[in-house]
Amino acid sequence: MKWAPVIGLEIHIHLKTKTKMFCRCELEYGAEENSRTCPVCLAHPGTLPVPNARAIEMTILLGHALQCEVVERSVFHRKHYFYPDLPKGYQISQYDQPLCVNGRFALADGSEVGITRAHLEEDAAKNVHMGGSGGRIAGADRTLVDYNRAGTPLVEIVTEPDLRSSEQAKRFLQLLRQTVVELGISDAEMEKGSLRFDVNVSIRPEGSDELRTRTELKNMNSFNFAAKGIEREIKRQIGIYESGGEVEQETLHFDPGNESAPPLRSKEEAQDYRYLPEPDLVPLVPGRELVERLRGELPELPGARIARLADELDTDLAEGLVTSGRDRLFEQVPGERRAVANVLMNQWAATGVDPAAVDADELGKLIEARDRIPRAAFTEALEATGEPGFEAERYLADGQIEATADLEPLVEHVLAANPSQVDDYRGGKEGLLGFFVGQVMKETGGRANPKLVNELLREKLKA
Amino acid sequence: MTDTLRLTAEEAMGLIERSEASGAELHRAYLDAIGERDGELHAYLTTVEAAEGAGVPIALKDVISTKGVETTAGSKILAGYKPVFDSTVAACCKEAGLPLIGKTNLDEFAMGSSTENSAYGPTRNPWDPERVPGGSSGGSAAAVAGGLAPWALGSDTGGSIKQPAALCGLVGLRPTYGTVSRYGIVAFASSLDQVGPLTKTVRDAAFLYRIIAGRDPLDSTTVDLPEPVELPETEDLKGLRIGVPRELNEAEGIEPGVSEAVQRAIELCRELGAEVGETTLPRSVEFGMPCYYLIAPSEASSNLARYDGVRYGPRSGKGDIREMYMQTRDEGFGDEPKRRIMLGTYALSAGYYDAFYGQAQKVRTVIRDEFAAALEQFDVLISPTSPTVAFPLGAKTENPLAMYLSDVLAIPPNMAGLPGLSIPCGLSEGLPVGLQLIGPQFSENLLFRTGHALERAIGFDFVPERLR
Amino acid sequence: MAITRDEVLHVARLARLALTDEEVERLGSQLSAILEAVGKVAELDLADVEPTSHPLDLANVSADDESRPSLSADEVFANAPDREDDFFRVPPA
Repeated sequence: MKWAPVIGLEIHIHLKTKTKMFCRCELEYGAEENSRTCPVCLAHPGTLPVPNARAIEMTILLGHALQCEVVERSVFHRKHYFYPDLPKGYQISQYDQPLCVNGRFALADGSEVGITRAHLEEDAAKNVHMGGSGGRIAGADRTLVDYNRAGTPLVEIVTEPDLRSSEQAKRFLQLLRQTVVELGISDAEMEKGSLRFDVNVSIRPEGSDELRTRTELKNMNSFNFAAKGIEREIKRQIGIYESGGEVEQETLHFDPGNESAPPLRSKEEAQDYRYLPEPDLVPLVPGRELVERLRGELPELPGARIARLADELDTDLAEGLVTSGRDRLFEQVPGERRAVANVLMNQWAATGVDPAAVDADELGKLIEARDRIPRAAFTEALEATGEPGFEAERYLADGQIEATADLEPLVEHVLAANPSQVDDYRGGKEGLLGFFVGQVMKETGGRANPKLVNELLREKLKA
Repeated sequence: MTDTLRLTAEEAMGLIERSEASGAELHRAYLDAIGERDGELHAYLTTVEAAEGAGVPIALKDVISTKGVETTAGSKILAGYKPVFDSTVAACCKEAGLPLIGKTNLDEFAMGSSTENSAYGPTRNPWDPERVPGGSSGGSAAAVAGGLAPWALGSDTGGSIKQPAALCGLVGLRPTYGTVSRYGIVAFASSLDQVGPLTKTVRDAAFLYRIIAGRDPLDSTTVDLPEPVELPETEDLKGLRIGVPRELNEAEGIEPGVSEAVQRAIELCRELGAEVGETTLPRSVEFGMPCYYLIAPSEASSNLARYDGVRYGPRSGKGDIREMYMQTRDEGFGDEPKRRIMLGTYALSAGYYDAFYGQAQKVRTVIRDEFAAALEQFDVLISPTSPTVAFPLGAKTENPLAMYLSDVLAIPPNMAGLPGLSIPCGLSEGLPVGLQLIGPQFSENLLFRTGHALERAIGFDFVPERLR
Repeated sequence: MAITRDEVLHVARLARLALTDEEVERLGSQLSAILEAVGKVAELDLADVEPTSHPLDLANVSADDESRPSLSADEVFANAPDREDDFFRVPPA
């Protein structure tokens, strides 16, 4: 039987507000432990939450980008569980009345992924498990808690199970990440934990539309690992069904170290969150004026730009440029489109230069001249494109021996030093041309313009 | 020598204005009275030696967070806890220059109607030390009635200001929900908790309400008052329509002596020029209690989840974090909080939400609508505050349901978010009887006016007979 | 409405209360009596009634995204039962 994967995602992103979701402690990644805390985020008795207006706006903006409906009335709930990273014993989150619902997100391949909801909540504190090996929970003899992160505004985006392959899931994540970064609502950096996601995976016979038991993969720390994890989980489920078994609903903790996904110990009573409408907060009723103003603030989104660029490039190249944040530079760099795109996605990408720091015209000159400059010089020049006042001219000039007058004596010298090869060439062994070119390049330390050297050699050897 | 038993806050203001006494001297006089009488009454959990402020000193219920002054909510789980911040109402009192005398005893986490649920021992009623002062703001009530504070703040979730005011012969205002900040008030049931004054006179209550009321940016559920607080002057009730809801006045368990005193007050309303008529709240009284005992414990079970021994408060238990939580909470909470945490956790747990909390919220709508209808016909509703006068210590501690019934008349208007003013209206068996005045939301000025006129006409002597 | 011993134990675990046997017994019977009393709310047919979660009809209360000072370390840990460097310390989670 052929099997088809069914994949859904839950993505959490930290919002880039100045202050926390429900108190006005400053958010600062890497600040001294517990130095960004107050009675509210430490859950001292009697303290109360006050929502961050900017976080609400950012969520609505994201809702627009995901083509969601922004609801008329949204309510915060308390979600209860005991854990030292949760100071109040509950997380304030949105439950059955999220701010944004029923959206969709188009991928470069033309497919659309349904967005079930995007809601606002607060992040938990950071626990450090001590005494065990390598900060793991197992074997720890104590846990240390830093509440700086507690209360960071967090948006949770839940997709419909519309993704059909690990590759598609990865591309969805890349495009979503680029979208929130460009909206200016999140850094979405996985290393900092400001972008996290879980994956739900199930499979079904191809052509069927049934939904089978799904498993949840947690703790994915990169898009590539996620893709691998999904692949492996699909294979595991196929193995189970094909040997007559049943997939069990469980949460798998992905360990990138050994690339296996052992089941998490299921937390007792984990499902009973005892949701309660948060009595310390009043409903959000986003006015149409605010909703429309935010819609007007929406920039051209990455998805739309991919579609536009795909007309002149192929889709993969367009998607690559956009999700890597290089497409705006691409559009500014003059020159043959495909060549510019290829350089940006390959040699230039390898330099790690910030696209925003680059003078597009100068980069264009460099790319245009790429066949006339030695590879090493080209690479060196690309690496310098981020420097202030970068001029391609200088690299072209310094790097290349372009003048016939400069090259002629060298060519003559090489020919004089290899009389028997000259005779052989003239006798018909034209393949020796490469040998002469190599000799000239050697003499010049690779700086000669190869095209010019070729021309000069041909001319001299004809004589 | 100041007669702290007799001195009202307004009179104390007069002494200060005329430089006959300073805030610090008054503060000292109350500390002296505490030294003399609090051994018997146990109204205070903590006293403050240094007077801060030049105004009339005040006592605060120990759910009101006070920077640097221990705040326990009457619970062992907060033993030794000294807030690093002031609650908004404590800050308001400081700003008004009211020196803090101390923190008053209460039922643990404000859960109770007798102040016997305090982890630090019960408070006794100044009228009869063998009897309870009511609760949960029993410490604040006993302090004012016993001459240990000129005025005090309490908190009221299901009658915790009105009922002890009634049992101690005082004026108690439970303000309209949302007019007084809850920031820094140790939470019991967030959608019901309100702070308010316990005083000897209605004018004192109005003075104190003026100091603490208004929108607080730190409490999302507060609003600005639609009109400034007025000190009542008028001594008649001309033009007022006063409604007597049958169910609130004929409920089972109302003592005959209580009914009689309330009847006399209703007669007085007529004599003072009010138009008096009967009205009805068919379901509010019958369903008010069940509704309250679902909503309040559910919210309480949630609000009390933060007491986990991690960031403040004592910690017990060996082993892992789970063990620590379970031991800390078992040892830290007394019986009543445990009962309500259990009840609330059960009511919110999977499968029960709609039948319990969800249904109770709908009952709340029913109650709200009934009061709204009655208050279209009448300006003010009137009833006993408590079905009984102060009862003996220990009389109801073994039977939680009997204890809960003590608030059966105080609870219904609370469910509707309405303000309620309790004023003493006479004695029954030598003990004070409280009269409950209920008005629409934000009608505090009207309640003060009504209460003031009745207070003048009744002429109740707030000094307990045995202490005169 | 009687609540079983197992339910009492389950709820106690959910609420993180390590009840003694005596407490389980006593709270169990008290809870049954209270549940019986509050179960009365089920008598009303309120299918079409909107729930009241708040006495006041307020909406959209929020604050500007402007920071205010956090606590000093002394204040943060003033009431802490246990501390290690600038962390709160708890038994292993």
